[in-house]
Amino acid sequence: MGENLVEISGLNVRFSGARVVHAVNDLELSLRAGEVLTILGESGSGKSVTLKALLRLLPEKRTSISGSMKVDGIDVTGLKGRALADYRGKTVSMIFQEPALALDPVYTIGDQIAEAVRCHTGASRAQAMDVALDMLKRVRIPSAEQRLRNYPHEMSGGMRQRAMIALALACQPRLLLADEPTTALDATVQIQVLLLLRELQKEYGMSIIFVTHDIGVAVEISDRIAVMYAGSIVEEGSAAEIIRDPRHPYTRGLLAANLHDAERGSRLEAIPGSPPPLATVPDHCSFAPRCPHVKPACLEALPPVFRPGPRRRVACVLGERPFATARPAPLHEPAQ
Amino acid sequence: MTDQQGTDLNASPDRGGPAQPLVIARSLKRYFPIRKGLIGRRKGAVQAVDDVSFTVRKGETLGIVGESGCGKSTTARLLVGLTDIDSGDLIFDGDKLGATLTHKELWAGVQMVFQDSYASLNPRMTIEDTIAFGPKMRGVAPQQAHAAARDLLARVGLAPERFAARYPHELSGGQRQRVNIARALAMRPRLIILDEAVSALDKSVEAQVLNLLADLKAEFGLTYVFISHDLNVVRFISDRIMVMYLGEVVEIGPVESLWKKRAHPYTAALFAAMPSMDPDNRTEVPPLTGDPPNPINPPTGCRFHTRCRFAEEVCATMKPAARPVGGEAAHMAACHMLDPQSGHTMAGARGQEMADG
Amino acid sequence: MSVTAKTTINIAREEISDSSRGYWREVFQRLRRDPVAMACGTLILLLLAAVIFAPWIGLQDPVTGSMIQRLKPVGTPGHVLGTDELGRDMLSRLVYGGRLTLMLGLLPVLFALVIGTALGVFAGYAGGIFNTVIMRVVDVFFAFPSILLAIAISGALGAGIVNSLVSLTIVFIPPITRVAESVTASVRSLEYVDAARISGAGPLTVVRVHVLGNVLSPIFVYATSLTSVSMILAAGLSFLGLGVRPPEPEWGLMLNTLRTAIYIDPLIAALPGVMIFLTSLCLNLLSDGLRSAMNVKD
Repeated sequence: MGENLVEISGLNVRFSGARVVHAVNDLELSLRAGEVLTILGESGSGKSVTLKALLRLLPEKRTSISGSMKVDGIDVTGLKGRALADYRGKTVSMIFQEPALALDPVYTIGDQIAEAVRCHTGASRAQAMDVALDMLKRVRIPSAEQRLRNYPHEMSGGMRQRAMIALALACQPRLLLADEPTTALDATVQIQVLLLLRELQKEYGMSIIFVTHDIGVAVEISDRIAVMYAGSIVEEGSAAEIIRDPRHPYTRGLLAANLHDAERGSRLEAIPGSPPPLATVPDHCSFAPRCPHVKPACLEALPPVFRPGPRRRVACVLGERPFATARPAPLHEPAQ
Repeated sequence: MTDQQGTDLNASPDRGGPAQPLVIARSLKRYFPIRKGLIGRRKGAVQAVDDVSFTVRKGETLGIVGESGCGKSTTARLLVGLTDIDSGDLIFDGDKLGATLTHKELWAGVQMVFQDSYASLNPRMTIEDTIAFGPKMRGVAPQQAHAAARDLLARVGLAPERFAARYPHELSGGQRQRVNIARALAMRPRLIILDEAVSALDKSVEAQVLNLLADLKAEFGLTYVFISHDLNVVRFISDRIMVMYLGEVVEIGPVESLWKKRAHPYTAALFAAMPSMDPDNRTEVPPLTGDPPNPINPPTGCRFHTRCRFAEEVCATMKPAARPVGGEAAHMAACHMLDPQSGHTMAGARGQEMADG
Repeated sequence: MSVTAKTTINIAREEISDSSRGYWREVFQRLRRDPVAMACGTLILLLLAAVIFAPWIGLQDPVTGSMIQRLKPVGTPGHVLGTDELGRDMLSRLVYGGRLTLMLGLLPVLFALVIGTALGVFAGYAGGIFNTVIMRVVDVFFAFPSILLAIAISGALGAGIVNSLVSLTIVFIPPITRVAESVTASVRSLEYVDAARISGAGPLTVVRVHVLGNVLSPIFVYATSLTSVSMILAAGLSFLGLGVRPPEPEWGLMLNTLRTAIYIDPLIAALPGVMIFLTSLCLNLLSDGLRSAMNVKD
């Protein structure tokens, strides 16, 4: 218990309103200090909702949350007022897909970082500005002294994302939540930001929960991958295990859909249909209606969870052993 | 199949034969003026597409890749006549747009599927009305146009009895993109421009749509221009790939050849920026630093020289011409290192390397 | 918070309802679930009914009064809402006054809606030099506060109901043009308009089929919110003697003539003001309700 930085168990998130949406269903997740975990899933899988629940960012009126979430020994569900404010920023911080929306357009980058530092440490203005400058240098923003006085709109997309990372890390959080931070970036900029995050993670020894829909990005950034579908984690393991020995049919479908090693012009093994509407609590495997290997048992009860290795789990009746026609590990194509 | 039922438009006939390219784009140029002040005085221009030439062969899929600001979407809009060409020629099956070809005639042969599946459907129209709208504009009787629309809905995998009367907000993203494809098909085009048409879809849905596109291409004898930022998808679907950077073509060639020999340093960097998909062999060094420059004031000479690690003096002063890579005329790249006479110190070595493969 | 809301909506959007309904039916259904908008709508309808059927609901003569009956307080038998400074029945005058006031509130906006939408949609769709010319002219009108503009035009044209209508219409054309231009320009940039263009439809067809249907509802909502302004301006013009002339009852004019009675019976003096206030409040709340009901896709 003590070694885990993040401990989520039995988490349920339900949105009420015109329609009830069971966004997260009985989610179990743990993360050790210094680990990078990617939650991989498609739109509506509940991956972003999970992150926001961890930061208590969901609108309280329309959301009911049950289950327990602990980060660094703090019970997140019970936090209020000052303790919550301290938790956000000092213990946990978050970066978003659109830095243009997450940064305040009327303050300079330097002011925003300094404000965050003063808010959490009580440092003086000058000290806080020094920290801000140091942070901009750490996220490799060129000519950091001038950039300190820039407004967000004066920066390019990649620079803004770096500035947001600087802001998020200014108070040295133990856990960084990253919600698709590279999705809106160009390919050559995306890889720069991913490598930067990896370096900073080592430097600060922090943990990262990274949410993405892109398997390639997940492999580049993470030690561990949890695949999420319809509000539940269907498979979890180290990045190598997920890539080389995917056992859940959904994970295999996602890997095939990445087209990394698809033969040109061949017919793709597409997952048919679309994700379920989540209007009710699942009482059977949510993926069964789209699954090519569906069995009667899949439609009768929730799938069993197999644990074929330490910290590895597969929520599927077929999860006990490697998939029969498992493909060889994809080879890295040498750049000629 | 729809021809036999006599319910639809006929595709415009193939005039020049299979050897004549379907599209020849010659020195296309499009600058977007930036206007400021009360009466809109011109204050510079976004050089969206600058001197771009290429051909699209009949029956092929040409993939266009590049980063934001590279001009790939503007190129798409130029090809389909939605944006006016500043200078240069667009020749569709032997007829030059503006000379022997009107916009209306061009639209009989070219259609487009856009990235945003929601914004490309009129929210106040049922999807059947949306699909039938174009043929009705071309003079097809309403009854026939609607019958054809329902056939096409079935063809793209949406049961007409369940979907025909729905509004766009009642569909998922993948379903909407199928409607957009059906809408383009209803015009019986010979060329469909797919501008990031699958980029906004979930991966599992994207695969379904890619399969559908392949089927439709075979069934209707279509030609595609497929624009995407996702190299994996472009490699999968394309016969040839064109790489653009800041409004210019830097490299174009058959997929296999381009995948093996990435002659232009930008192409090489773009490919190297793809996630490795191998947990034990992750990317360690970013292939490029910084963001793509602003296309308002693009760098002189070779536009890539500001980010290129091989850049030398000649790159900043002289614009490189497109040259065949490794003696293969189908594979061209615009880099001084391929030209032994350019004065670039690596010209001979790099050119030889590319020739040897 | 908005990020979160978006996520839930995305999830909700993936759900697909099996029955599909028309847009206006859906708007009406949503409006029906909004109690405030429904209450305001009912009040406006009641008022309209009273005003239209005024001659047949047994009201006293609103124009002739008796000097003996001057300024009777509210609740006087025979005069439920009292009498004014010339002994005329207040209830009757308020109902008949509503006729003119509401007409002066609704008609100018209706006229301006037609003219402004035509100008704005043209400017927004055509763009270029047409847009520049139309919108710069609109900007000139915007340089004046609307009340000042109304007074100036009314003053130039002379007092009277028709002239008030004309001046108020001119006042409301610029704001409606501006709203119409901006929504048209944003719809113009959407890809379904491009798709319609490459299907070979001419500009008039594109505007009629694809643009108008999508710009009318926001313009209409905006216009609804202008009716209360128009009513207040009309009352203001009458108050200043530039609109309706005595003895015709009109709320603004009544407010003016009852001014002298404010120390004798402030309640009576305030009644026309209360009517103006209530009616414009209802119109504004109804406009808000319409706005949210029309946002079906959000």
